[in-house]
Amino acid sequence: MLPAQTSPDPVRLDLRSTGTGTATLVIGGDWILEAPTPGHSGLVKAVSTGTALTAIAFDTTGLSDWDSTFVTAILHLVQHGDDSGIRFDMDGLPQGARRLIDLATAVPERQGARRRSERPGLLTRLGGQVIETGRDTMAFISFMGEATIALGRFLVGRARFRRVDLMAMIEDCGVRALPIVSLISVLIGLILAFVGAIQLRPFGAQIYVADLVSIAMAREMAAIMTGIIMAGRTGAAFAAQLGTMQVNEEIDAFRTLGFDPMEFLVLPRMLALILMMPLLTIYSNVMGILGGAIVGVGMLGLTPTEYYLETALSTTLTDLSLGIIKSVFFGIIVAITGCLKGIQSGRSASAVGDAATSAVVMAIVMIIVFDGIFAVVTNILGI
Amino acid sequence: MPEKTPGKTPQIIVDDLTLAYGDFVIQKNLSFTVDHGDIFIIMGGSGCGKSTVLKSLIGLKPPAAGTVRYARGEFWPAAPATREAMMRGFGVLYQSGALWSSMTLAENVGLPLGEYTDLPPADIRDLAAMKLALVGLSGFEDYYPSEISGGMQKRAGIARAMALDPAILFFDEPSAGLDPLSSKRLDDLILELRDSLDTTIVVVTHELDSIFAIGNNSIFLDAVTKTAIASGNPKDLRDHGSNAEVRDFLNRGRSAQPQEVSMPSDSPTRPGMARP
Repeated sequence: MLPAQTSPDPVRLDLRSTGTGTATLVIGGDWILEAPTPGHSGLVKAVSTGTALTAIAFDTTGLSDWDSTFVTAILHLVQHGDDSGIRFDMDGLPQGARRLIDLATAVPERQGARRRSERPGLLTRLGGQVIETGRDTMAFISFMGEATIALGRFLVGRARFRRVDLMAMIEDCGVRALPIVSLISVLIGLILAFVGAIQLRPFGAQIYVADLVSIAMAREMAAIMTGIIMAGRTGAAFAAQLGTMQVNEEIDAFRTLGFDPMEFLVLPRMLALILMMPLLTIYSNVMGILGGAIVGVGMLGLTPTEYYLETALSTTLTDLSLGIIKSVFFGIIVAITGCLKGIQSGRSASAVGDAATSAVVMAIVMIIVFDGIFAVVTNILGI
Repeated sequence: MPEKTPGKTPQIIVDDLTLAYGDFVIQKNLSFTVDHGDIFIIMGGSGCGKSTVLKSLIGLKPPAAGTVRYARGEFWPAAPATREAMMRGFGVLYQSGALWSSMTLAENVGLPLGEYTDLPPADIRDLAAMKLALVGLSGFEDYYPSEISGGMQKRAGIARAMALDPAILFFDEPSAGLDPLSSKRLDDLILELRDSLDTTIVVVTHELDSIFAIGNNSIFLDAVTKTAIASGNPKDLRDHGSNAEVRDFLNRGRSAQPQEVSMPSDSPTRPGMARP
C-alpha cells in the first residue's frame, strides 16, 4: 500500500501589527505548486491594510512546505514594497528561500535589456513595411544581376563550380521530379477534359475536347504546373540547403577561400533548372494530353486515332514553344528565389524554415504574375 | 624551420578599428599588432564581439571605421580582386568546422588546391591526404563530414584551412564543444603547426586552458566599455595585469573574494525543495 497522500495544508496569511508602521506577516500552511496559493496578489493584498506601513517582518514558522512559487511571490512582494516604500526584513523567511532570493537579485536587471513590447503605431509599421519591401526588392534585383554575371561567366567558360554538383542537381531537378510531374499533369489533363466535356457534349462537339486539352496544356498549364511543382519541390530544397550551409558557416568558408557562392552554389542550381524545366514541360504536355485522351476515349466515345489527329491538327508549334519559353523563365524564377532566400537566411533552425517558406511563396507568386504579363503581351501581339 | 627574427615582423596591424551592426557598436577603437610567429589570442566574455572582430579580419564584415593592414597592404579599401588574393594568404577554421557537407574530407581539402593550382587530380588527392594526415585523420579521406565526430570535424577544418599553406591561420573558438582531452590535443596541434609550418596564428577563444597553453600575445575585449581593456601575454595579464576584471576572468574569478552565490547542498532550516 502506498502511504496515504496528505492533502496540502491551505496557505494562511495574517498581518500582525507590531508597532507604528511595523508589522509581521505570518505565513503558514503549504505554499507549493500543486496547491492553490494566494499568489503574489494575495500577499500584496495582505500587506495593503490602509494604514501606512514602513517595515514588515516575516514569520514563517507555520510554513511547512514551500517551493519556487513561494519565492516568486515574495520577489513580487518585495518589488511592490520598493514601489510603495515598505521595507521588508527577510530574516523570518526560510533560509533556503532567502538564499534563492539573494541569488535572484544578485545580478541587477540590465538596463535596456528588457524588450519593449509596445506596438508601434500604424504609420510606423506601414513605413517600416515600405522600407523593408524596398530593401527586399533591391536585394532581389542585385541578386538577379549577380546571377546574370555568373551566367555570363559560365557562357564564356570562366565560371568556377564543380561539374559533379551540376550533374547531381540535374538528376534531382530532372529524373527525380518525373513521378510528381506525371501525376499532376495527367490529373490536370483529366480535369480539363471533364470541364470541356460538360460544355461541349450538348452541342455534339466533344471532339473539341482534344483541342481544349492540348492547347491549354501547351500554352499554359504544363509550364505553370511544372513551375509550381518545382517551386514547392526544388525551390524549397534550394532554400533549405543554402540556409543550412549559412547556419554551418559553409558559405563563409567559400567566401574566405575566394569562391564566389554565386558561381559555386547558385549557378549549378540555376543551370540545372534552366536545362530541365523545358524538358519537364514537354513531358508534362504529353502526360496532360494522355489524361485528356483517357476521358475522350473512355467517356466521350472518341477513338484514339480521332483524338490523336484532332490534337495534332489543333496544336501548333507556336503554342508549344510559348509554353517552353515560359518554362525557362519559371526555372530561373524558382532557382533565383530559392537561392536568394537560402543565402539571406538567418543562422537558426527557424530562419531556415522561414527561408524555405518564403522561397516557395515568392516563386509561386512570381510565376503567376509573370504568366499574366506573358498572356497580356502575347494577346496584344496576337500570338 | 622557425626562425624567430629578433626584430619581429608584423603580420597584421589593426588600427583604430570600429565594428558596428547598423548603429549598434560592437567594439570600437581597437588597435593591435600581430607579429610573425605569434599565437595571438582574441579573448573576452561571451557576446563581447570576438567573432565579429575575427570576421572583419578575414573579410566577411567590413569595419565601420579603422584599418586592417596585412603584409601586402591595407585590406578593406583594396579592390575585390586584391582582397581575394590576400584572403588566399590565410586559412580560417570556423567555429563549427564549416566543412562543406556535400563533399568528402579529401574533396574539402582538395577544392581550394584544385582551384588555385595546376596540379593534376592525383597530386591534389595526395596533398589532401597529407594535410589530413598532419591533423591525425589519415584514412578518413573518403568520409563525409557528417560521418565523423565533432573533434575530427574541427581537425579536418584545420586541414582545409592549411590547404594553400597560408601564412596566417585564424581559429574561431577551436575548442568549443570538445572534451578536455581533445581540446588539449588540438592545442598541441596548433603549437606544432605554428612551429613546423612557420605560420602566424590568431585564435578567438575564452577557454582559459587553451589561452595559457598556446597564447603568447593577446587582446582582451570588454562588452561594457566596448573596447580592448588589456593586451599582452595572457600569463602576465593573469599574474600581474593592472586590470582587475581581466585578472578575474583569467583566474576564473578566484582572485576575488570567494562568492557565496552557490547553493548549499542541504541545510537544516530548509523544509521545502526536497519533497518525496
